[in-house]
Amino acid sequence: MIGKLCRRLLLQYLTTVYENVDKMAQFGFENDIHSILKLDMPITNAPMARWQRKASSSNTSALSGLSPGKSANVSLSSSKTPSKTPGKNKKQTPSKMGGDRFIPIRNSKQMDVATFLLTKENEPADTNTSVTSETQKAWSVSLNGYNVEDAKILHLGGKPLNAPEGYQNNLKVLYTHTATPASIKKSRYISSTPDRILDAPDLRNDFYLNLLDWSSRNFLAVALHNSVYLWDATQGDILLLMKMEREEDYICSLSWTKEGSYLAVGTSDCKVQLWDVENQKRLRSMASHTARVGSLSWNDHVVSSGSRSGHIHHHDVRVADHHIGTLTAHAQEVCGLKWSPDGRYLASGGNDNLVCIWPRAQGGSAGNDSQLIRCWSEHQGAVKALAWCPWQPNILASGGGTSDRHIRIWNVNSGSCISSLDTQSQISSLVFAPNYKELVSAHGYAHNNVVVWKYPSLSKVAELNGHDDRVLSLTLSPDCSTVATVAADETIRLWKSFEMDPIKKKAKERMVKSTSSVIHQSIR
Amino acid sequence: GEIGLSGPGSSQRAFGINSILYQRGIYPPETFTRVTHYDLSLLLTTDPKLKSYLTNVVSQLKEWLFECTVQKLVLVITCLETNEVLERWQFDIECDKSAKESSAPREKSIKTIQHEIRSVIRQITATVTFLPLLETPCAFDLLVYTDKDLVVPDKWEESGPQTIDQPEEVRLHSFTTSIHKVNSMVAYKKTESA
Repeated sequence: MIGKLCRRLLLQYLTTVYENVDKMAQFGFENDIHSILKLDMPITNAPMARWQRKASSSNTSALSGLSPGKSANVSLSSSKTPSKTPGKNKKQTPSKMGGDRFIPIRNSKQMDVATFLLTKENEPADTNTSVTSETQKAWSVSLNGYNVEDAKILHLGGKPLNAPEGYQNNLKVLYTHTATPASIKKSRYISSTPDRILDAPDLRNDFYLNLLDWSSRNFLAVALHNSVYLWDATQGDILLLMKMEREEDYICSLSWTKEGSYLAVGTSDCKVQLWDVENQKRLRSMASHTARVGSLSWNDHVVSSGSRSGHIHHHDVRVADHHIGTLTAHAQEVCGLKWSPDGRYLASGGNDNLVCIWPRAQGGSAGNDSQLIRCWSEHQGAVKALAWCPWQPNILASGGGTSDRHIRIWNVNSGSCISSLDTQSQISSLVFAPNYKELVSAHGYAHNNVVVWKYPSLSKVAELNGHDDRVLSLTLSPDCSTVATVAADETIRLWKSFEMDPIKKKAKERMVKSTSSVIHQSIR
Repeated sequence: GEIGLSGPGSSQRAFGINSILYQRGIYPPETFTRVTHYDLSLLLTTDPKLKSYLTNVVSQLKEWLFECTVQKLVLVITCLETNEVLERWQFDIECDKSAKESSAPREKSIKTIQHEIRSVIRQITATVTFLPLLETPCAFDLLVYTDKDLVVPDKWEESGPQTIDQPEEVRLHSFTTSIHKVNSMVAYKKTESA
């Protein structure tokens, strides 16, 4: 058995640390690596996504530009090219030569064995002798890597060599501090397979949208094209909350209120809708934006919305005149938007690669641009991934898109970037997992996986692989034991990797206070 | 140093083997000395018995490599007392026979050789950081997997594969010489969790 975790980690580490020496073109493996790293080639053999097929069949012009506004011709070495007018560029994905999966080495011998092993159950049994010898040969090849019968094992005669007597291997002194993967006491088990997989057909494969959110009442909301579905994580039921009237409209963002009974929905027709989930009723449809609303974040009774126009609006949902503030620092689509847990700061990330920090406006008055506290431009790619640290105040994590691939940790007070890490892959989402003090990142090109990092060291704890296509969003369950991811492969995967020790859990539960609903009394 | 079709290949392996023996503490660190080869500072043993053993093996290996009759090179680390196999470093060698027969032997620049040796050494060093400690005195053996019809030279004997029961395995980066491609992996015995 191969220690999968250990092997994957090491393989990852080794292949990223060591340069590829081979200049000889005879090894296709190297070519595969190069072509994968070159993210400017269109996918040649991918089937059309379901929503694309649907789009082409329903024949409307509004659907022609269904893609991130950014040109995909950005190679790793060059700096980012600014996006052209939204809706014009075609979506492009990196070419993975010869198929969807990256398979490092194809040894022809192993392929034969594999085929044989796969089909042998279906093949009619011929004569006994031929079957056994074929089987034996196949097993021998897979166990030893080649047919043992074909090789001789030789060694130089004499006793095996060893060090002179009395020598005690004293490397123990050096290594006792580090635990080896094989000997770590597995009190915490991070499964490499998802706990559950849910189907998410018609999910829009658009990096800039935020289509997944998990409420404090344990409902997972997901937007599939123009419908919002709620999955009751406790019972397992699925509920269709809403569906937009026009087929060409689509949902761009979702955000639950803190106490989980209201859902804000941002749409392609520039509105922010407010839904009462318990009664399945739409309470409000707030218009103020001039472009689609791709990001939302709540702060008590205020919901802030980010638009493709680059503007951020604040809406007080209790009053008729809901639009109480406008922030215009971003020049392009605002794809990341998060209020801090204490409600003091709003972090926004845009397709213009900026991360902005705004304070909460005083006394309910409109917040405006003059109050911008921080504006960080270190990222070289769109910043959609933003997460505030729940256990350390004023700490924000941000993640960059394809040309950047870095996770950055910021201290909002000092304005400095505390640490930065190259993850080798487009970051679409970040979330802090408090149970083990970790940071979780969701990736698109080229890894399509989820990575768990220890915080604050940012050392890799685990990789959660399984998605076949780029992971677009990540959200944490209310009990912090599970992350849900949604990807372009039209699935939602639930990874129960953060389950707490039962003893620690009890202690934590005693500390949680129930929150009262502020909005319920105020909404007309 | 010689630059030839098989020269660099076997030197790399000699350095790799020395490196493993040093890193895994099979031999006392003070019995290793640094030498400069291909402009690199590398570790070599000074233990006379080990030195002569390695010289014998490597020279024979060189011949076999040149003839493309080698399939694998395996370094087996066993517990001295119980003979149990604790660790097994395996280098699979794919020989490009056509390259060998081509008229112009492929020359390798020093830089390429250096690079390859460095990457072998570095891989070993990196792998060693997570391998379980070898707490008991160990012995090691070098096994060469050759073509079946090879004539067994003097002083060499046939041996079993000496595999590990239920090993943990880690595949390492592959590297190439002028006519060979080498895939490597290390298998080790799972330690019981406390």
